[in-house]
Amino acid sequence: MTQISATNTPESQLFISLPAELSTAVTQIEQAKNWQEKYRHIMLLGKQLPTLADEFKQADAQVKGCESQAWLYHHQHNGQHFYLADSDARIVKGLIAILLVATQGKTTEQISQFEVTQYFDTLGLSGQLSPSRTNGLNALAEAIKRHAKESVT
Amino acid sequence: MKSISPLPLQAPFDHPAIRDQFPALKQTLGDHPLCYLDTAATSQKPQAVIDTMNEYYQLNNANVHRAAHQLSARATSQYEAVRQQVGHFINAAKPQEIIFTHGTTESINMVAYGLTAQLQANDIILIDTAAHHANIVPWQELAKRTGAIIKPIPLTANAQLDLTAYEQLLQSKPKLVALCHVSNALGTVNPINDLIAQAKNAGALTLVDGAQAIAHLDIDVQRIDCDFYVFSGHKMYGPTGVGILYGRFGQLDALTPMLTGGEMIKTVSFDRTEYGEVPNRLEAGTPAIAEVIGLGAAITFLQGLPRQDIAAHEQQLMAYLQQQLLSLGDITLYGIADNPLQNNIGSVAFNLANEHHQDVGILLDQQAVAVRCGHHCAMPLMSDLNLAGCCRASIGIYTNKQDIDQFIHALITVKELLL
Ligand SMILES: Cc1ncc(COP(=O)(O)O)c(C=O)c1O
Repeated sequence: MTQISATNTPESQLFISLPAELSTAVTQIEQAKNWQEKYRHIMLLGKQLPTLADEFKQADAQVKGCESQAWLYHHQHNGQHFYLADSDARIVKGLIAILLVATQGKTTEQISQFEVTQYFDTLGLSGQLSPSRTNGLNALAEAIKRHAKESVT
Repeated sequence: MKSISPLPLQAPFDHPAIRDQFPALKQTLGDHPLCYLDTAATSQKPQAVIDTMNEYYQLNNANVHRAAHQLSARATSQYEAVRQQVGHFINAAKPQEIIFTHGTTESINMVAYGLTAQLQANDIILIDTAAHHANIVPWQELAKRTGAIIKPIPLTANAQLDLTAYEQLLQSKPKLVALCHVSNALGTVNPINDLIAQAKNAGALTLVDGAQAIAHLDIDVQRIDCDFYVFSGHKMYGPTGVGILYGRFGQLDALTPMLTGGEMIKTVSFDRTEYGEVPNRLEAGTPAIAEVIGLGAAITFLQGLPRQDIAAHEQQLMAYLQQQLLSLGDITLYGIADNPLQNNIGSVAFNLANEHHQDVGILLDQQAVAVRCGHHCAMPLMSDLNLAGCCRASIGIYTNKQDIDQFIHALITVKELLL
């Protein structure tokens, strides 16, 4: 377990690889015919992400810069990085899921090379990643990268 | 130089012609025309304001109050003319009662800082629960410095100021009462003249945050009879970076300057520095000259319009907006009094069923609808309402029925996606 200062952190077995269907769901977002369909898929994707128990919705794990609340936990196992994240807003949770699909179970090097901007561009969602947005996505992406980087031993 | 006449002739009411003067509203975002319903955050600017600031930079740019040259004289007289103009606009007793600041926030900070020497431990400060953070935090800091005690004025169940509780609180002889004129989160309006009269009877100093009132109501500070009235230029079709602190002359004169330095002094030596007179004493440093002159243009613009007709137009739109929202179903409106149609100005606060306000905001944004979703810098109010946040649609002088229709149409789409 890395520098998660929350007094109460999820047990390591909760950090798991995401089901393969989630990658398919990301492709559906990319191929959506219109914005309505895109956001519908984003929300469906968010629904498939496990929810954090209330006891883990702690200030320490909260990602700043987010109008909605979002929490992020990190766990490293055998050189792979795993995350648990949740939000009280459905679209934000879907956007988090998109990030996790690209980073869950990846190595430190893979995560450091992960081009977030390009990824969201391909999905037609580049606008959502801007630091000037209050959805906190940019802060989340940075936190995901930071956790991976700082946990290097 | 453009002369600024205090009361231009008023044109007959032609709404499309008014809207036409706001270039920012002519754009489309993606497939949709921009539907700007975030005027309470900041208003769009008419061409006249943009042109005036441009002209200032192109022809008259010089520092004010300083040089003997012609350009400086021109800039100074334009700048001082706006002080007079603002004074007329809100009916101050004299132009020296108008202080240029950077906005409402700075204005309140200047008062809160400036009163430090006048407050003592256990003095009471009453604050409107519906206040914007700008009208809360500076008072908390003042309380920290002096040992004064802050007491929130409670709200009734429908988020109106609780008049009975207010009367009771006034019996504790507060030193200062800080109210909002119109709430930025809900658009609720305080019966300000009565509230101030009561506070005065109780011997309190009074400050009114008029940031959300100034663009919608005719303000007469002498009739309101408050000690301080504050607002921002950018919420009244003027530029950002300029605001007003109105104060009764004697009260301004008694404030300790928050900023010291150039422009505000009479003489400086290493033994003894003497401050200048109000207003300069409270305007240290080079002011936002272009913005002040731009604010003058915004006031000229407003004064050239039939304000009665505008007020009626805005009231109709507010009623239409509220009705359309309610007829959608699954919508909760906040801060609606018993007679809703007369009691809110500028803003309508709502949530869609139990959906997160941010989800609603993101999906409206996809349809080029600009509304504000969040706590609206009024966290005490949100917790009073037991809300994490809400969405707020706010209108301005340029808003028309098509805007409301586009918004409602977009919200129907949001509802289909979320519910
Ligand atoms: C009621 C109220 N007070 C104060 C402020 C702060 O104004 P400014 O940010 O222009 O200083 C605002 C604007 O958001 C407001 O609506």
